[in-house]
Amino acid sequence: MKKIYNIEVDCANCANKMEDVAKNTAGVKTASVNFMMLKMEVEFEEDADVKKVMKEVLKGCRKVEPDCEIEF
Amino acid sequence: MNRKQKKMLIRIICAVVLMIGFAFLPVEGWLRFALYMIPYFVVGYDILKKAILGIWNRQIFDENFLMAVATIGAIAIALTGEGDYTEAVAVMLFYQIGELFQSYAVGKSRKNIIELMDIRPDYANIEQNGEVVQVAPDEVVIGSTIIVRPGEKIPIDGMIMDGESTLDTSALTGESVPRDVAAGMEVISGCINLTGVLKIQTTKEFGESTVSKILDLVGSASSKKSKSENFISKFAKVYTPIVCYCALALAILPPLISMFLKMDANWMNWIYRALTFLVISCPCALVISIPLSFFAGIGGASKEGVLIKGSNYLEALSQVDTIVFDKTGTLTKGVFEVNAVHHSNMNHEQLLDYVAHAESASSHPISQSLQRAYGKTLDLSRVSDIQEISGHGIVAKVDGKDVLVGNHKLMEREQIVFKECHYVGTVIHVAINGEYAGHIVISDVVKKDSEETIKTLKKAGVKKTVMLTGDAKEVTKQVAEKLHLDQVYSELLPQDKVEKVEALLEGKNAREKLAFVGDGINDAPVLSRADIGIAMGAMGSDAAIEAADIVLMDDNPLKIVKAIKISRKCMKIVYQNIIFSIGIKVICLVLGALGIANMWLAIFADVGVMVLAVLNAIRVLFLDEI
Repeated sequence: MKKIYNIEVDCANCANKMEDVAKNTAGVKTASVNFMMLKMEVEFEEDADVKKVMKEVLKGCRKVEPDCEIEF
Repeated sequence: MNRKQKKMLIRIICAVVLMIGFAFLPVEGWLRFALYMIPYFVVGYDILKKAILGIWNRQIFDENFLMAVATIGAIAIALTGEGDYTEAVAVMLFYQIGELFQSYAVGKSRKNIIELMDIRPDYANIEQNGEVVQVAPDEVVIGSTIIVRPGEKIPIDGMIMDGESTLDTSALTGESVPRDVAAGMEVISGCINLTGVLKIQTTKEFGESTVSKILDLVGSASSKKSKSENFISKFAKVYTPIVCYCALALAILPPLISMFLKMDANWMNWIYRALTFLVISCPCALVISIPLSFFAGIGGASKEGVLIKGSNYLEALSQVDTIVFDKTGTLTKGVFEVNAVHHSNMNHEQLLDYVAHAESASSHPISQSLQRAYGKTLDLSRVSDIQEISGHGIVAKVDGKDVLVGNHKLMEREQIVFKECHYVGTVIHVAINGEYAGHIVISDVVKKDSEETIKTLKKAGVKKTVMLTGDAKEVTKQVAEKLHLDQVYSELLPQDKVEKVEALLEGKNAREKLAFVGDGINDAPVLSRADIGIAMGAMGSDAAIEAADIVLMDDNPLKIVKAIKISRKCMKIVYQNIIFSIGIKVICLVLGALGIANMWLAIFADVGVMVLAVLNAIRVLFLDEI
């Protein structure tokens, strides 16, 4: 299952870091952050609880960039 | 500016005013130090806070940490030695100015480019109880009648019921010549109505309309990353730690060696040089300009009516060296005219009647032309058991008679003796109830821009142009000679086309890319097999939008040349930025290590390079130079 979220982040490098975090979160198959469109595309594992996974993703992203925001 | 940026601007102005003010105050010693710490904290408190959070979260090598260590270190050195701590405060200030500029410039170009691509209609006018009301486009159900006044966008695909007008399709196709429309014609959403009021019956929902499909496509473009983007993000990952370790080595090793040689260790000097390293080590200048360039390239292309589905395709397009064209509908108009009917034992009208009915279910350009040549309404109840044999033709029952319509392969397959034709053109043989009933010769017209396209492609450095077609040898030869193509393969079945493209892919080296251009009707497998699949004239065709990597909004082949030029320009700027930013950083690192560069130069290496790279990236948008 694929979903696209709006994100808020100021620097391109931080966006790359967020992508890495999202990719390495349990329940995420693959993820891609589009810094220019401010969008995060996440493909979840089959049986993943989307809400729970996204909470983990946001938590991880806050660690690399305290200012970031993901709308979900 | 958004709220965050405004707040930052105010903080920067406050800090600058305080710095200037304090320069005139006659205070000395610790009091002066305490005063200067005010602008430092005003402008840099968030950096310090994030640096502490970073340590807490074990994200040591982020730019906040680097800036915090560099400035605090510089202040400490200044306090212990004779240095000036205002320098460190200024470095923090400039860093923040740079960040603000970056955030503003990126936000601004993001907005501009999105506006460029934005063809979203805001409302639709529908008639309710004799009054015209505005509603959101997604509330309009299929079959509703909408009214589009001059100057308004057509919000939803539909058919004109009443009125005539001219449409500006430039937002969709990049084509500046307006198109005349009248009642009974299909129109697509996203066009701007120029002259008359149109009453349109919608044939699709908003979500299925052309506009929505294009917006979806553009919105998800550039999620597919190019090699350059991946390279730079990998580079950023190793660059920062390496520079940090170099800084550590620079701070410790030379003094220790000096001590070992019984010379003056000069600790402060070397630590200062190391801190300069930290300021240069921020990777943001590198990282920001690359996605920005690609985004501007994709935006600029979409303004020209070329939709590119990801920056990887933009990158590949710049390396195209072989272009394979489908013939019908791509280089030729795909509109056939009946030239002659030969060897028929029945009257021509009658023959066309059978043929048109047999072809009634096919969307193939040839079938469409035959139906058009027949010119009367088809009575579908007369036809049954239609079977389309791809690459051969059609077998069907019309009025209970077995009708075969197709090329000579179909005749051979069904073991029917047929007569060759001496005319150049596509020959359609017909057999009724197992007996040969003559053939129809139709021919296609080459598009007026095709010749120019091949010529300019050659001039732009494309080495090989190839044409694939299912059509007969003679016809193909005629077209190929007219267009000066390098290689031509004729009489191919759809699966043969894939094989031919695969053979061509194998025959070239991996750095050179192969693009396939087709009209998308039955080219989907080839489109996805080629390095870059380009679909032509995609307005309305779902299969094409789906399968292709690049979609040309109208069917003018010259757009391919334009797309290649845009991609080349974009890649040139990308490489410029990569080399320029890495180059300046390396030079500053060397100068810093030698003690020639101070923190001022370091902050230029960081902020200045970033500003220049961003400005250079925005240059992609100015296509007039092409």
